[in-house]
Amino acid sequence: MNFIHRSRIHAIALATASLAGAFATAESITVVSWGGSYAKACVEGYHKAFTAETGIEIKLEDYNGGLAEVRAQVDAGAVHWDVVDVELADGVRGCDEGLFKVFDPDTLPAGADGSTPSDDYYPGAITECGANTLYYSTIYAYNAEKLPGEKPTTMEDFFDMERFPGRRGMRRSPVVNLEFALMGDGVPVEEVYALLDTEAGIQRAFDKLDTIKDHVVWWEAGAQPPQMLADGEVIMSTAYNGRIFNAQVLEKQSFVIVWDGQVLDTGFLAILEGAPNPSGAQRFVDFAARPSSMAGVARYISYSPTRHSAEALITTHAETGVEMRPHMPNTPENAKRVLHNDWQWWSDNRDDMNVRFAAWLAR
Amino acid sequence: MKAPHVEYRNVRKSYDGRTLVVEDLNLAVEKGEFLTLLGPSGSGKTTCLMMLAGFEQATSGAILVNGESVHDLPPDKRNIGVVFQNYALFPHMTVGGNLAFPLEVRRLRASERAERVARALRLVQLEGFEARRPGELSGGQQQRVAIARALVFEPELVLMDEPLGALDRRLREEMQFEIRRIHRELGVTIIYVTHDQQEAMVMSDRVAVFRNGRIEQIATPETLYEEPERAFVAQFIGENNLLGASVTATDGDICDVDTGSGVVRAFDVQGSAVGDDVILAIRPERIGVEPDSGQYANVLTATALDVVFIGDHLRVRLRVGDNEDFIAKIPNIVGHGTVLPGDNVRIGWATLDGRALPPDPSISQGDIEP
Amino acid sequence: MKVGLSPRLRAAGLTVPLIAFIAVTFIAPLGTLLTRSVYDAEVAEILPRTMAVLADWDTSGTPSEAAYATIAMELLRARDERTLGRAATRINRIESGLRSVVVKTPRRLGRDVGTEPPGAETWRDALVAIDEAWGENATWRAIREAGQPFTSRHFLNAVDLETRADGSIAAMPESRRIYVPLYLRTLWVSLGVTALCLVIGYPIAHAIAHAGSRWSTTLLVLVLVPFWTSLLVRTTAWIVLLQNQGVVNDILVALGIVADDGRLAMIYNMTGTFVAMTHVLLPFMVLPLYSVMRSIPTRHMDAAASLGATPMQAFRRVYWPQTLPGVGAGSLLVFILAIGYYITPALVGGQSGQLISNMIAYHMQTSLNWGLAAALAAILLLAVIGLYVLYDRVVGIDRMRLG
Repeated sequence: MNFIHRSRIHAIALATASLAGAFATAESITVVSWGGSYAKACVEGYHKAFTAETGIEIKLEDYNGGLAEVRAQVDAGAVHWDVVDVELADGVRGCDEGLFKVFDPDTLPAGADGSTPSDDYYPGAITECGANTLYYSTIYAYNAEKLPGEKPTTMEDFFDMERFPGRRGMRRSPVVNLEFALMGDGVPVEEVYALLDTEAGIQRAFDKLDTIKDHVVWWEAGAQPPQMLADGEVIMSTAYNGRIFNAQVLEKQSFVIVWDGQVLDTGFLAILEGAPNPSGAQRFVDFAARPSSMAGVARYISYSPTRHSAEALITTHAETGVEMRPHMPNTPENAKRVLHNDWQWWSDNRDDMNVRFAAWLAR
Repeated sequence: MKAPHVEYRNVRKSYDGRTLVVEDLNLAVEKGEFLTLLGPSGSGKTTCLMMLAGFEQATSGAILVNGESVHDLPPDKRNIGVVFQNYALFPHMTVGGNLAFPLEVRRLRASERAERVARALRLVQLEGFEARRPGELSGGQQQRVAIARALVFEPELVLMDEPLGALDRRLREEMQFEIRRIHRELGVTIIYVTHDQQEAMVMSDRVAVFRNGRIEQIATPETLYEEPERAFVAQFIGENNLLGASVTATDGDICDVDTGSGVVRAFDVQGSAVGDDVILAIRPERIGVEPDSGQYANVLTATALDVVFIGDHLRVRLRVGDNEDFIAKIPNIVGHGTVLPGDNVRIGWATLDGRALPPDPSISQGDIEP
Repeated sequence: MKVGLSPRLRAAGLTVPLIAFIAVTFIAPLGTLLTRSVYDAEVAEILPRTMAVLADWDTSGTPSEAAYATIAMELLRARDERTLGRAATRINRIESGLRSVVVKTPRRLGRDVGTEPPGAETWRDALVAIDEAWGENATWRAIREAGQPFTSRHFLNAVDLETRADGSIAAMPESRRIYVPLYLRTLWVSLGVTALCLVIGYPIAHAIAHAGSRWSTTLLVLVLVPFWTSLLVRTTAWIVLLQNQGVVNDILVALGIVADDGRLAMIYNMTGTFVAMTHVLLPFMVLPLYSVMRSIPTRHMDAAASLGATPMQAFRRVYWPQTLPGVGAGSLLVFILAIGYYITPALVGGQSGQLISNMIAYHMQTSLNWGLAAALAAILLLAVIGLYVLYDRVVGIDRMRLG
């Protein structure tokens, strides 16, 4: 439920877009992304290389996700954005609603080893609505400095108030939390969504959340959990793995990620229907889908590529020289118990779950 | 001996700790008296009133009511009626509510309240106005309500701070008589502040003339007019001609003074010595123009500068020595000659109509309107 | 007559821009909002023939083969026109889970489908083979319901009611009841914040109105500076102060008032909402109060004292009643602003500090269920208008003074 900045950012976007239109002499595209360390990783990882190769300038803007903005632009017939970085569920939904361009997967660039896209991509990572560019993961982490004694290692531990008393940070949203709750209750990964399809399963998830509800501090923005962990506001918190990684290597925080029961999500680039520069946008998305671009992002943040041939290109963190592989969500040691977020289930049930979640919170 | 109703003893007041707004005030007011504090604005008269009401504290000295110091008495325990400059009627209450307010805080019974409110309204001739709001009344009516409110709880002492200042001239004169009538009817002590000398003269038993935090003179209106003891009083009360002069001879209460245009005799207020500077004050209506020889002891020559026909008199502006604002009033009586501008004329007055007053550096000669 | 009328018409003409401005910026959006809360023809336009067929359906069991054939054709066409998602979203709001059913049906049917059902005897069999939901009564009810352009669904939903299958109106199951409790919470939070603002703002306004001019300017600036600061900055500042490891808790621990492991939870809960909202809204109470108090002569208090009233009586009988127009204006202003507040509760409210506006914003911006958002907002608007009328009846709106 991030609805704070959007209208303001929209206004800025309009202003910047019109300014850009007035002054730009070189060809340019407007790319809208999540800001912060992730946007920085993209700029360093491949935006610069793209501009160097094509001469197309990138105007980067921030937003907080969601389709409201995109929908407003498309419905009004005044589209200022070219490419937007969205959550997979929103990407598919936007595609269904005609907000995003449908796109031929065969035109995606070949793998680094020359393999075809359909061989090179991980299963399910190709859609006709845009390019999947990376995996990110929602995990939980703790601050080793502030949690003496026994350390948590499993998703069950996150819900264990007896062995690990103290406050938890969780995102104020049913997404991922319901999955965490079931896994924390001992449900095997492959049964989670099947169980959530039943009323009993949903009830079980909420019942599990009930056991820690009084000890939860809810966060909204990805930057909050590292802050809360550093401050000791909570003893453990769910978080995006890249944010924790940044705190670990750049701020030297002694945070530890518990990979057990992580929920893997796909980052997704979509082109707006009616984009001002459709050909530039298409070239940008193709460029972003290259294995080298994915590996480039992985030099700045621990979000891993969605295609096999990019794996081999992963090296070290550009700023600290830390080996990146152990920090990636799909590295075998980290991926022993991993759940792929089922965007299909969420696009069917998100509204309903949000209402139930809000009702549950208010009780 | 019975104590005066109100007494100020060596009262000083300073707001900033340096300048005194009231300097060493001593004043006694008798029961039932109508005393007016008269003076230009900023002369400290309102401050004296507010100290008595309890809204200000004296810096030093004591204020006594019926012989008792009121220093430790909060204003709401002093039982003094106050009429404020802008009336300070409560706009959210009706006239009846305003009048009943002091009775309610005194916990009077409702029937008693109603009776007293009705009586007070009758006193100020506003019967039937109970239900009106102050905002619906004219200035004069508001004034009457304010007076009624200050009287309704039957205080023995009523303070009025420039109560007629906001009214036009006609209404003001009407209200002056009203207030006098109420004073006579109720017999309360009234201390009244004004800067209007005429108002003070009309209403008061006694008038205290204030200047820079001091009382220049306190006396009945007639005495103030006929026998001013200071140049300030002489010029503040009524109209007066002031001439700078020096004493050339003394003879008991009478002295000879040199005005620069001639030597005249005058009443010596302070017992001057030869060579002292004095201010000579002569009322315009006491001056004869072109008098019969021998009619007046003192005669000077002057030049008429301006002649204005007023109706009941001619107002003649004269140059006497270097004073170009010397006024004489010639009564409009059959047989009295007229004067034309530019005429050289003789002027004269009786010895006791000229008063030799102590010099005052801040007052120049001439007739200065307050 | 002509001479008299023309200048009057010309004068009236001067108000045209104002009327146009009000119409464009106020009446039109409000009208759109209210319309959306009861009217949405999107599904009816995307699936017109299906709706025509379903109009004759008796709502028991499943509809005729004609309905299956029609909807299959129209879903295929909607896919090609890329309007499928919009219909699916709306149908899914009535019955969760139908979104994927509706979206995947044309996909599974494939392209180049003729008038005959592919790989099945009937269209019914073909669709049920794709998803069993097509064989269920609830699915068809939901589609029919979504196809009604006029609906009371959003308003019912906004007060936690729903229409049962038999057409009766009943309360939502408890796990989905949210809006009525939120309205009530919003109401009492707004009342509480208004009361707090009054209790804190009254002495401040009094000090500003009656202090010496230098002091009053300083105080006024102190009240106004936060007013000019970004709302987000101010709200975030409270997070810094009130959080578990924040300044206030640190001081309390340092002073030994609370134990280190017993730090007070002052943010991300109702306390945080109250504190931050009171701070943010305080100027709206202080300014009207100040402007009213400034017009009350201090002589009135002297007058009351001279009439025998103790300071308490003077305040209660003379000063307080004269400030009532300011109290009314400030309270109404703060209350109405509070009732629509959502940024502050979103940031510092935590789980228990969310208000109805947060839900409206959510439905406007995230779930894109503008019909429900409009219904929620319309109810809020009605509540505010109701309070305004109540205020007018009890106090009189002409007695309100903003300055």
